[in-house]
Amino acid sequence: MEARAHALRPPLGKTLLTAAAPMALGLLLAGLLQASMAGYPFYSKVLTDVGIAIVLAVSLNLVNGFTGQFSIGHAGFMAVGGYTAGAITYYGHYLLWGDLQSHGAGTAALYITALLAGGLTAAAFGWLVGLPSLRLRGDYLAIVTLGFGEIVRVTIQRSGDVLFDPVAIADASPWTLATSLGGSLGFTGLPFITNLFSVWTVVAIVLLVSFRMKRSDPGRALLAIREDEVAAEAMGVPTTRFKVRAFVYAAFFAGVAGGLFAHEVGTTLNPRELGFQKSFEIVIMVVLGGMGSVSGTTIAAIVLTVLPELLREFSEYRMVVFAITLIVMMLLRPQGLFGVREIWEVPAIRRWLERSR
Amino acid sequence: MSTGASAAAESLPIQQQAGRIALLLGSVGLLGWFLTLVVEGGVTKILQTAMDAVAVGSLYALIALGYTMVYGILRFINFAHSDVFMLGAWFSYIVANAMGWKGDGTEPLWAAPFVMVAVMVICGALGFAIERMAYRPLRGAPRINVLITAIGVSLLIENAGQLPWLLGTQPQRMPTLLPATPLAEIAGVSLRAVDLLVVVIALSLMAALEWLIYGTKLGLAMRAVSHDNRVAALMGIPVDRVISATFVVGSALAAAAGFLYATKYPGINQPAHATWILLGLKAFVAAVIGGIGNLRGAMAGGLMIGFVELFGAAYFSPHLRDVYVFTLLIGVLLFRPAGLLGKATVEKV
Repeated sequence: MEARAHALRPPLGKTLLTAAAPMALGLLLAGLLQASMAGYPFYSKVLTDVGIAIVLAVSLNLVNGFTGQFSIGHAGFMAVGGYTAGAITYYGHYLLWGDLQSHGAGTAALYITALLAGGLTAAAFGWLVGLPSLRLRGDYLAIVTLGFGEIVRVTIQRSGDVLFDPVAIADASPWTLATSLGGSLGFTGLPFITNLFSVWTVVAIVLLVSFRMKRSDPGRALLAIREDEVAAEAMGVPTTRFKVRAFVYAAFFAGVAGGLFAHEVGTTLNPRELGFQKSFEIVIMVVLGGMGSVSGTTIAAIVLTVLPELLREFSEYRMVVFAITLIVMMLLRPQGLFGVREIWEVPAIRRWLERSR
Repeated sequence: MSTGASAAAESLPIQQQAGRIALLLGSVGLLGWFLTLVVEGGVTKILQTAMDAVAVGSLYALIALGYTMVYGILRFINFAHSDVFMLGAWFSYIVANAMGWKGDGTEPLWAAPFVMVAVMVICGALGFAIERMAYRPLRGAPRINVLITAIGVSLLIENAGQLPWLLGTQPQRMPTLLPATPLAEIAGVSLRAVDLLVVVIALSLMAALEWLIYGTKLGLAMRAVSHDNRVAALMGIPVDRVISATFVVGSALAAAAGFLYATKYPGINQPAHATWILLGLKAFVAAVIGGIGNLRGAMAGGLMIGFVELFGAAYFSPHLRDVYVFTLLIGVLLFRPAGLLGKATVEKV
């Protein structure tokens, strides 16, 4: 099995070309976005929100789209990652430098560490939650993830006030710091480090991972599980292992997205914002875009984030419209707008692309 | 792995068995420690907590029955069920208000039964409509689509309910229709009429359901459809009509639970409040713990959850009550994936 997998692996040069070149392009675009939006705080804010929504939706698509499992606790992983990352940058700044000022490269390094730590913690929780529930029938995952999200929310609400006295922080034990997260008022005072470059770099990574995954051996295993779990198992796919793996990847990116969200200008990291309503919003993006379609999910994330900004005066009806759309979608087009296809694979668009070539 | 083959040839690998035994011993130790806490608390506290646990547990059981009946027949989690329960509480308030009952002692003796039957009829009709419009067109579709539709219906009810011209976002107060006067005092615990009636009504509804399922022709049809709906259809059972009846009965039970909940805890939260969703979720957990699809399992699971939640809240920490329930769920799923009374089934192709 190992030998076979090795034999199928493409040469290193090709891997670099298919993975490194799009990544470089993504970094370039993220940098351009950052530079061009420097003087427009409103548009930067919307674009940051859009980027975070894409990371959340595309990562959830790994579980709900590719693997056909149904997780509705994505906001819980976002909360775990966000609070971990927030605590690391906030208390890290005080412990290292005694203040919350920006320290150039030091702050950037701390921020990247915090994002990774947030993602890894969320991934660890994903493994803990996924292992027992993914062994069972699909619907149990839905109920356990929903319960998990609620437990995270309740637990964070029980945490103590944020410490802000440098001397007290230096004296406090790690346990005290880890449990002083602001409770139900939210983690206030976090430095606003998140910028368009960091958000869209993560977007580029999650898109690249998803596209590459879909065409890879493990990705095909996931799609096989989605189509028919019993048949996939009969074909020798270790279904539980792959389901848990997809779940852990998704939780990792949700955690990173939480870290980005925590340090965004104009947001408070607040347990109320990260409840099941948020999870449902992410699920709706995946379902509308097409379960399994990376580009479809991306488009749905963009539309569903920008639309509420345009329709501010109808905000009461926003969720009502979402709910009706969800039901009508399931009745008329259950596979979502694009289904498992990418946008350039939709027949009409493909014909158009070929004609214009 | 194969070293333990002689001892555990037909059961689990030795490491897994050791892990299970350690977990079991650990939980027994935890239980013992917890019991000493309970005994130290004194008789009065035990009685008080047990009474609340039975009341809350029987409400969970009533809601869990609706989940388990639908799951038994259609194999999906009806997420909108907790919203029917929420509407049961809200309609109780609306009906009582419409009749001009303010809970000041002037309303007739039949006020409480009237409100309860009225909300059961309203919510039964609602359950029928939901099944007819949202779930029936998806018969035969993949289960995940039905699940997403159910979430859509649930979101729709919650968010439409919040609109100012429907239920609004303000909490309301349910008038006291059942007397809150203390009936008797046992070992320092005063037994209110409300508490007793909640338990009595919930238990008699469960007895009625038991009769419906095991003593009538409709119940026989329901059991047949849940066993195998294709064969049931071949035997001449009108499957769609039986499914409709299941939704009506389940929704009526949830509505009754909503009425009883509003009577016991008169502060009615706004439609999309987290308490409703958590109550529904815990009721579903009760159904899973008891063995999904199993009626007696749902009743037992509901009571069990009531006890775990309220004893944990009274003796350990009141803020972690939801955590106990979900920990119990994961524990039960690890040892008995089909629930306590459920039968393990192998999926056939």
